[in-house]
This record gives sequence, C-alpha cells and structure tokens, in this order.
Amino acid sequence: MRRALAAALVAFAVLAPEAGAVEPGEMLADPALEARARELSRELRCLVCQNQSIDDSAAPLARDLRVLVRERLAGGDSDDQVIAFVTDRYGDFVRLRPPFKPETWLLWLGTPALLLAAAGSVVLIARRRRAAAAVPAPLSAEERRRLDAVLGEGP
Amino acid sequence: MRTAFLVPLAAFAALAAVLGVYLYQVGPGGKSISALPSALIDQPAPDFALPALDGAGVPGLAASDLGGHVALVNVFASWCVPCKVEHPLLTALAKDGVAIYGINYKDKAEDARAWLARLGNPYRRIGVDATGRTAIDWGVYGVPETFVIDAKGRIRYRHVGPIMPFDVDEKIRPLVRELAR
Repeated sequence: MRRALAAALVAFAVLAPEAGAVEPGEMLADPALEARARELSRELRCLVCQNQSIDDSAAPLARDLRVLVRERLAGGDSDDQVIAFVTDRYGDFVRLRPPFKPETWLLWLGTPALLLAAAGSVVLIARRRRAAAAVPAPLSAEERRRLDAVLGEGP
Repeated sequence: MRTAFLVPLAAFAALAAVLGVYLYQVGPGGKSISALPSALIDQPAPDFALPALDGAGVPGLAASDLGGHVALVNVFASWCVPCKVEHPLLTALAKDGVAIYGINYKDKAEDARAWLARLGNPYRRIGVDATGRTAIDWGVYGVPETFVIDAKGRIRYRHVGPIMPFDVDEKIRPLVRELAR
C-alpha cells in the first residue's frame, strides 16, 4: 500500500510539469508541430496571471493564445514569427525570457554585476585581513622589557 | 577606512530610495502594479472589421471608422463587473460629445443587449468580438480596456481596467482636448 502510494507520488512529481493547461481539443494532430507549440507556449507569459506561461495558465486568454500559436504554426509560421506576432501585440513583457537589448541590459547584467561586485569585495576584505594577520604588531617597549626579563638577558 | 561602514548604508539608502519612489508612484491615481504599457502606443489601430450587435441600434465597428476625429475605443462585456463601474463615466463623456466606440468582448448578444438597455448605450458604434481575436490584435488582456485614438487613427493612450473619475479628469479629457486641437 505504502509502496503504491510512493510510486503514485513519484509519478505525479515526474509527470506533473508536463501536464500544463493544454486541453486535448486544442492539440494539433501533428506531434512535431504540437511539440513546437508546447515549447513556444512555455516561452509566452499569460498576461492575466503574469507569472505563469500560457502553457500553465487556465485563464481564457491563455487558451486563446495557445490556440492562436497553434494556428500560426499550422499556417507555416516559424517559431520566431509566432513570437514576433504575439510580441507585436503585447510587447516584450509577454516573453518570459526577455530579449537582450539596451532597455534590458540592466535586467540581464545587473545581477551578475552585483554578484561580481560582492565577490570582489569579499576577496578584497579577505586579503586585507590576511595581510593584517601575517605581520604581527611589533612588541611595545614594555613587552620587550618583560621578554628580556624572562629570558634573563636584560640589563 | 573609518568611512567603510558607510558603504552598506549608502547601498541601503539607494535601494530604499528606488523602492520608495516606485511605491510612491503606485496607488490611487498612479500606476497600477500589474498594468502594462501597450505595445501599440503611437501606432495605427490594428486592422479589423466587426459585425454590429443585433438590436442595439448602432452600426458595427471597423478600422476604417477610426481616424478623422478623436475617439475612445472601449472593450466591454455584460459579464464584466468593472465595466458596469466605469459605465456612468463613459455615459458622461458621450454626453459631452466624445465619440465612443465599443468592442463587445466574448459576450452573448442577448446579455449585451439587456445590459445596454438597462444602463444606456454610450457607444456610437459597437463591434461584436465573439471570439476575442480582434481584442488580441489590440493587445487586450483584461476587460475593460479603453483606448484613445487620435485623428490619424493612431492609438495614443491605453487604460487597463475600469476608468475612474481621476483617470477621466487627469488623463482622458485633457488628452482628448489636446488631440482635438
């Protein structure tokens, strides 16, 4: 019983990401074309939910866009043409992976730049500490006097 | 070296300033967090031709009806509660002579007719978009949406969600006045 339950859970976990919100009636007969449609749908944002792809979303607009993507593909559009068709209407925001251009440089490069700056300062601080630890402060006159007294070589 | 402690403090202050400005802009009368700029701003309205709503007493709507004058295009549906909220404002604008055209989005004809009969019809023309395809060409993602079209037939402003009195007073009326000049 337990084993069956575990197997079912594993099956859910493995199969769930594949499920999406696509309904059988929307799918294309050609499996290759349908696979391309799924790929594209995962790249396109559902503007109603904004943090789901149209492949994941159950919103009516997401369904309309899924059907639209399939129609464009069946009509002979390339993947780029389909993306351009949707972007022309909804803007770059509809793409879950934003294009790399001057407006998005900060978006793409900001995080790596921050990471590099942080790593750089860590290295800098570590070096400074190591340098500080490597050269101990010279003995003060009092310390020198006591050391000499202990060693018995003092005046 | 004594001022090194100021670096994280300055970083925090910069971040707080950016977020603070954003927070200040958001809210009533300001930016909506989820509202998106239209990809079609300053571009000609998409080409479309929609049939009339039977029994509404106004003709259908096509791209050729836009241009030559300043107009509002409002995407609405009888099932859309916020549409009812903004309806009195559209009626007031229509009364003041603003040309308002409607796109009836994914609605049942009898429901749309009943809705207009009950609340009044501010639209000079109504195009029925039963499939929602024309709305996609307009980049619509939430009903209601309102577009301001200039005399050259270009989209100059887009508002997502119900228009509120301050949207009318601060954005739509001034823009319509300016474009009509």
